Amino acid sequence: MIIFIKVFKRREEKRRGFLWCIAKSRRSERMARSSSKDAQDLFRALWSAYAATPTNLKIIDLYVMFAVFTALIQVVYMALVGSFPFNSFLSGVLSCVGTAVLAVCLRIQVNKENKEFKDLAPERAFADFVLCNLVLHLVIMNFLG
Amino acid sequence: MAASDAQNGVFSVRHAFGNVLAFFILLLIGVLAFSIRLFSVIKYESVIHEFDPYFNYRVTQFLTKNGIYDFWNWFDDRTWYPLGRVIGGTVYPGLTLTAGTLWWILNSLNIPLSVETVCVFTAPIFSAFASWATYLLTKEVKGAGAGLTAAILLAMVPSYISRSVAGSYDNEAVAIFALIFTFYLYIKTLNTGSLFYATLNSIAYFYMVCSWGGYTFIINLIPMHVLLCIVTGRYSSRLYIAYAPLVVLGTLLASLVPVVGFNAVMTSEHFASFLVFIVIHVVALVYYIKGILSPKMFKVAVALVVSVGAAVCCAMVAVLIALVASSPTKGWSGRSLSLLDPTYASKYIPIIASVSEHQPPTWPSYFMDINVLAFLVPAGIIACFSPLSDASSFVVLYIVTSVYFSGVMVRLMLVLAPAACILSGIALSQAFDVFTRSIKFQLPRLSDNSQAGEGSSENVVPNDSVKTDKTEDTSKERTSKKSKKKEKEPVEKPLSKSQIKKRLLVLPLETSVIAIILLVLLGAFYVVHSVWAAAEAYSAPSIVLTSHSHDGLHVFDDFREAYAWLSHNTEVDDKVASWWDYGYQTTAMANRTVIVDNNTWNNTHIATVGTAMSSPEKAAWEIFQSLDVKYVLVVFGGLVGYPSDDINKFLWMVRIGGGVFPHIKEPDYLRDGQYRIDSMATPTMLNCLMYKLSYYRFVETDGKAFDRVRRTEIGKKHFKLTHFEEVFTTHHWMVRIYKLKPPKNRIRGKTKKSKSKTSSKTASKRKELKRNPF
Repeated sequence: MIIFIKVFKRREEKRRGFLWCIAKSRRSERMARSSSKDAQDLFRALWSAYAATPTNLKIIDLYVMFAVFTALIQVVYMALVGSFPFNSFLSGVLSCVGTAVLAVCLRIQVNKENKEFKDLAPERAFADFVLCNLVLHLVIMNFLG
Repeated sequence: MAASDAQNGVFSVRHAFGNVLAFFILLLIGVLAFSIRLFSVIKYESVIHEFDPYFNYRVTQFLTKNGIYDFWNWFDDRTWYPLGRVIGGTVYPGLTLTAGTLWWILNSLNIPLSVETVCVFTAPIFSAFASWATYLLTKEVKGAGAGLTAAILLAMVPSYISRSVAGSYDNEAVAIFALIFTFYLYIKTLNTGSLFYATLNSIAYFYMVCSWGGYTFIINLIPMHVLLCIVTGRYSSRLYIAYAPLVVLGTLLASLVPVVGFNAVMTSEHFASFLVFIVIHVVALVYYIKGILSPKMFKVAVALVVSVGAAVCCAMVAVLIALVASSPTKGWSGRSLSLLDPTYASKYIPIIASVSEHQPPTWPSYFMDINVLAFLVPAGIIACFSPLSDASSFVVLYIVTSVYFSGVMVRLMLVLAPAACILSGIALSQAFDVFTRSIKFQLPRLSDNSQAGEGSSENVVPNDSVKTDKTEDTSKERTSKKSKKKEKEPVEKPLSKSQIKKRLLVLPLETSVIAIILLVLLGAFYVVHSVWAAAEAYSAPSIVLTSHSHDGLHVFDDFREAYAWLSHNTEVDDKVASWWDYGYQTTAMANRTVIVDNNTWNNTHIATVGTAMSSPEKAAWEIFQSLDVKYVLVVFGGLVGYPSDDINKFLWMVRIGGGVFPHIKEPDYLRDGQYRIDSMATPTMLNCLMYKLSYYRFVETDGKAFDRVRRTEIGKKHFKLTHFEEVFTTHHWMVRIYKLKPPKNRIRGKTKKSKSKTSSKTASKRKELKRNPF
């Protein structure tokens, strides 16, 4: 949030020029308040826009979030304990990242708003997804050691 | 309506006919690609060529004899004595596994081919595959016509022929196919956005990683293209599907290959892909949010997302830089560094610089290796820019990077060749398209100006519009701008708008006929040159040499003579020392243990051999004795004029030896900066082991000791060897084998010493007399 405000401020400064900057200090408080309000608006808009997405996409999103979260836990654990069986660490993290990426791909393909994939049946997309996951996890099982 | 239906029917029949035709053309292209590479078998014999292929052949033999598990665990004790080498973990296994599988399939079908035959013909088979892959790739970029042209160009491009003639059993033989096929699948995924092709793409990438170290080119080129697409605002969700799974799956698959292993995530060659992986996620998020928000809210969001994304990126970059900076070579391998900085190798790593195929190429070698394609490529680039699609921008990026790399190393001309073929194929097919269409359009009007002619010309127009893609149509507009001015024929009848547009794309008849003839001539010139290159320039196996002289053909088969002598006359466990070029051949053909070989993994060991070769006899004898060496093999071309012999390579031995052992100094071997072996040569040069072993008894051949390679009489003609004895010299003196004299016993009496000396001398004389024709 703070970063955002700073960026915003800098932009304003550039736009308005030098004279304006002298008077700026008094208004900065008001500006900060308004920009934070903007951000609140933004999040509200984001949330309402997201609430409109179909349930199946939301499920995929949850799945992606879970995979990324698992990857993060592993990275934190690696940072604490060390990366000794490096292939295990690598396969663990990459399997999470891989599932997340593949799920994002699936989400892109089954999303009805994407005009590019109109003629791609969701069944076909899911079959591709399963195949790709199969390959991924075969490789990971092999790499785990 | 009925007419249009009938027309559609005709078109679909024509379309099917075109497919069948394309299939047969492809089949013929495959046959051409295979058969143009058989010159070496016809002119010489079915043998493995050169140096590295012998090692691959030996590994394949081991694989077929002992199976895959023993192959992974193979510790080879017949090379790099006394260190040995873990073959299973240090070799790119793609080629050997491919040939081993081929051999196994053939044998299980009861076709009893020898391993050697399979190895010899692997490269031609895969060059046929490579030309088919080129067809697929170019078809994805610019349609089937360009694909066929590119395939036929690749089938006989001299640069690729030089690495894939029958018998040239090297990694590049299968790697070029893997390279093109990986690019094809990438483009296919990019065009369709299908996860299925993305999976295939990463598997093809895995095959490429298995086959050749050049896979780093792929894993850097594709991120570059993704970045280019993002920067030029061409991001699409297809791009995400093409790239993100490739990085994850590709990295995992690459680290399965033992020779790559953790390097797939640890070295800087791969970091570009991870960086772009992060960038594409940020960009994908931005596009997603842009999609669901109103434009006004999005403006607010941009600031937030950009700042957060930039912060994350900065953090990642900082981590990466910290990781990279902590490693001594900044995480880059020497070969990659010499690519980025062309002067790096000559400064720091003489062993990379000493290989002739790592030198920068000369201009004639471009003409030799890609011939007329060099002139067609710019036209192809222009054709790619009108209209610019994701696929065509990839091809343009491919040619630009590969031109740079080929300028750094001769060897990488091989990577340039497919790109040049693809672009020239596009250029040629577009040009033919324009010319034939303008001829087709004008011929009927030329014959008669009546209504019938008009009708037939109207028929021609839709034909063309079906045949050519919409992309090609727009590309023609540019070329037609010139023709617009040239067109002077008065328009006789008011034409429909589309027809006017078509008319504008038409070139004058005479011009197009002449242009077509010129293009055909150009193609014919290319074919003639390629066949000449395949037959004459690139088919020599380099272990069997021939020379034409006034009294007929001479065959020099000295290498195999020498290796056969070694395998028949020495003990199984004897160690043979030679310069590293001949290591692979000695282990494969003579089955003797060598000190160093062409896999230059241990610089110190090579420097030791280099030092021994450049030391005086006694010091060299001590070095060799400490390495358990029993025989020393030198290659000498002075008698028959074979230029790539050890005396010509000798300065590299001095440099590499001196890099590790500072008492060897290069200036000691040079007189006023000149390398010479005549009477002006330095005493260090005249007394070093390499000089002595090469020129021992040379004066006995013609009485003057005239060296035909250096074109001079040698400096020191009459000398004796004290610590080595000559045991074998081949028919043309090209390979000379010496044996180390056993260490002397501590003998006090002088008489005994002299007696033993004379007796050994006579023994060696007798042997020489028996085996030497001179």
